[in-house]
Amino acid sequence: MKVNELFKEELKVINMGLRSFADDVKSQDVPVLHVDWRPVAGGNKKLSSLLSKLKSK
Amino acid sequence: MANIEQLIEQANKKALEIIQNGQPTLVDVSTAGAAIPGMTKKSIFHAGPPCKWENMSGPLKGGICAALIYEGLAKDFDEAEKLAASGEIEFGSCHEHSSVGPMAGVTSYSMPVWVLQNKVYGNYTYCNMNEGLGKVLRFGAYGPEVIERLQWMEKVLGPVIKEAIKLHGPYDLKTMIAQMIQMGDEGHNRNKAGTSLFIREFAPYIVETSFSQKDKVDVLKFMHSNDHFVLNLTMPAAKCTLDAAANIKYSTVVYTMARNGTEFGIRVSGLGDRWFTAPANYIKGLYFPGFSEKDANRDIGDSCITETCSYGGFAMAAAPAIVLFVGGTPKDAINYTTSMYEITTEENKMYTVPALNFRGTPTGIDIRKVVETGILPIINTGMAHKDPGVGQVGAGLVNPPMKCFEDALEAFVGELEKEGLV
Repeated sequence: MKVNELFKEELKVINMGLRSFADDVKSQDVPVLHVDWRPVAGGNKKLSSLLSKLKSK
Repeated sequence: MANIEQLIEQANKKALEIIQNGQPTLVDVSTAGAAIPGMTKKSIFHAGPPCKWENMSGPLKGGICAALIYEGLAKDFDEAEKLAASGEIEFGSCHEHSSVGPMAGVTSYSMPVWVLQNKVYGNYTYCNMNEGLGKVLRFGAYGPEVIERLQWMEKVLGPVIKEAIKLHGPYDLKTMIAQMIQMGDEGHNRNKAGTSLFIREFAPYIVETSFSQKDKVDVLKFMHSNDHFVLNLTMPAAKCTLDAAANIKYSTVVYTMARNGTEFGIRVSGLGDRWFTAPANYIKGLYFPGFSEKDANRDIGDSCITETCSYGGFAMAAAPAIVLFVGGTPKDAINYTTSMYEITTEENKMYTVPALNFRGTPTGIDIRKVVETGILPIINTGMAHKDPGVGQVGAGLVNPPMKCFEDALEAFVGELEKEGLV
């Protein structure tokens, strides 16, 4: 689909991660589904490494 | 040979089977001295992980001084404080003595205690009796009205209910809590329905006891005046259920969460009796008139054992009216419960939430999921004044510190490394 055609239709937006992106879209009266996604252990490398040790190889 | 992920899943499955099957049952009222293992005339057990006198918070010190005055070991607060600091008193964590206590959780030799037995696994749990709201020992108050009430509870309340239980027979608390959750309670900060159910169940037997008309009327009026009367049954019911699931090798399920007003502590099934602690947080919520944030103590009490066992804050979706007490909206209450499914292992088979199409409450907190998602258990709780002698100042919501879960995870991996499993 060409970009121009996309903007002629009703937008369906899913936002993952930072809530402020979803809030910006919502403030323009566009429906948005926000997914509360965060990196594993908040991106902490030590904790991610500990968690990965408990998973099947 | 099973890989480590399979070992953990098998261990957690076993832990959850025990939690789901547990049958906490009220069997008696006794005294702490007669019933609780390790209790002596010079013992004071308190909420949360073990804590030295010098590190204790104001409300815990206030509660301990109240207990020392009540036991006749000190004549006033100053004398009680000196005795407590002298090293003569043996302090201990309720949780390490098969018991729990709300807020300060202070339990001493002469206090009447509920006696619960897990009818499936045989273990016993004990809890002191609820004094009501306002100026009470568990919030650190120690004035004459506090001591007089405790004496009445010892001489009248405990013995009357003990005889009533004898007449009634054992009372199934799992069914009572399941009914409470159907009726708009969550079993931590809202216990109105549960207290009504308890009164309905026991009133006929209280009337049948051999005590004077005045004593029986006083007991019924006391229960009626206190919407949290059964909190001191929902708490030990949770502990009675969870303790049976302690010490399961390789399990990452949390079986204790508790706070002493200074530190928050957790214990994990696969890591035995070891506490993982960090400074307790401050509660966000609603204050009683005349109080504000500057008056509040850090989070305190064993009552978050209810959340550990899938109710309390974990069942807030069942108790929308709770938001009037702790703040927020009914939608928030639903969101709190649904977010807890992200960090738990199963849905409870007995405790179900009408507003969620009778979905079971989130059960079995897994330290791996807490650390991985960054989602912390939600606890709704009372707030104590930071100074001894004042009492409750409000109620609200709080989380445990993430450090408890991070340290537990690190220790868990450390144990596996010692065994050469990772």
